[in-house]
Amino acid sequence: VARDGGVSVPGAGESRRLVGIGLVAGVLSALLGVGGGILVVPALTVLLGFPIKVATGTSLVAITATALTGAAVYGLLGYVDVGSALLLGIPAAAGVLLGAQLQQRLSGDTVQIAFAAFLVAVAGALLVQA
Amino acid sequence: MSVVLEIAATGVAAGFLAGMFGVGGGILMVPAMVLLLGFSQLDAQATSLAAMLPALGAGALRQRHFGNVRARAAVTVGACSLAGVGFGTVLATSLPEPVLRVLFSILLVVVAFRLLWEVRGRRRAPLAQEAPGLPNLPVPEGPAPDRVGSGL
Repeated sequence: VARDGGVSVPGAGESRRLVGIGLVAGVLSALLGVGGGILVVPALTVLLGFPIKVATGTSLVAITATALTGAAVYGLLGYVDVGSALLLGIPAAAGVLLGAQLQQRLSGDTVQIAFAAFLVAVAGALLVQA
Repeated sequence: MSVVLEIAATGVAAGFLAGMFGVGGGILMVPAMVLLLGFSQLDAQATSLAAMLPALGAGALRQRHFGNVRARAAVTVGACSLAGVGFGTVLATSLPEPVLRVLFSILLVVVAFRLLWEVRGRRRAPLAQEAPGLPNLPVPEGPAPDRVGSGL
């Protein structure tokens, strides 16, 4: 179990947790049709102590992998409507700049409280569907 | 308001959630496509994955500019979630989805309270906890104790 002193590999424990977070997020997004971000952000914050803004930024990069792969697979199978994807996606690219800019102006605590409220809202939406 | 405008407005809102909360925004885009465009759930989910790509890319660059991206962590989580999706797809056929939704909703509410509790803790101890983001110091796992005897 002994590693190389943890010098060249910073935090073996952190790596294990990151692997676990990714696996669970992937399984749940496949089971429930929710994106992984809703789980990745609080997991990085609560389990690894990431500041909330770093957790959201890191999550955006992490979930790009699943979104890209999913879009490619579904696209090849003919399920992706490209016109609608562009009609949603281009305005969303503008919206993300607004959201990130606002987030940067707010304190970490404020972002974290708002995120908690967002989680409760998503929980409500899931219950309505259930 | 025409449907085109409503869809575009949904896109802006979904992107805002991506920038603010680090999610893809499918939570808004999927129901919008089902309700406004008459898409099936599968078509809407598939299309939402493509639709969130421009926002994910722009948002990732913006957040990197703000210093909010830890690349190694993102790559590890992203790669492992791909494996998880494969596993989840196999599981999906054998588990009752409504039950999962209820359980997941409860989990989200618990996590929300946990996050609020953290903020409350920081506000109560403003100076003593000035560096609350510091992770626990790693405990050395090296073989040092064994060396003591064998080195003689």
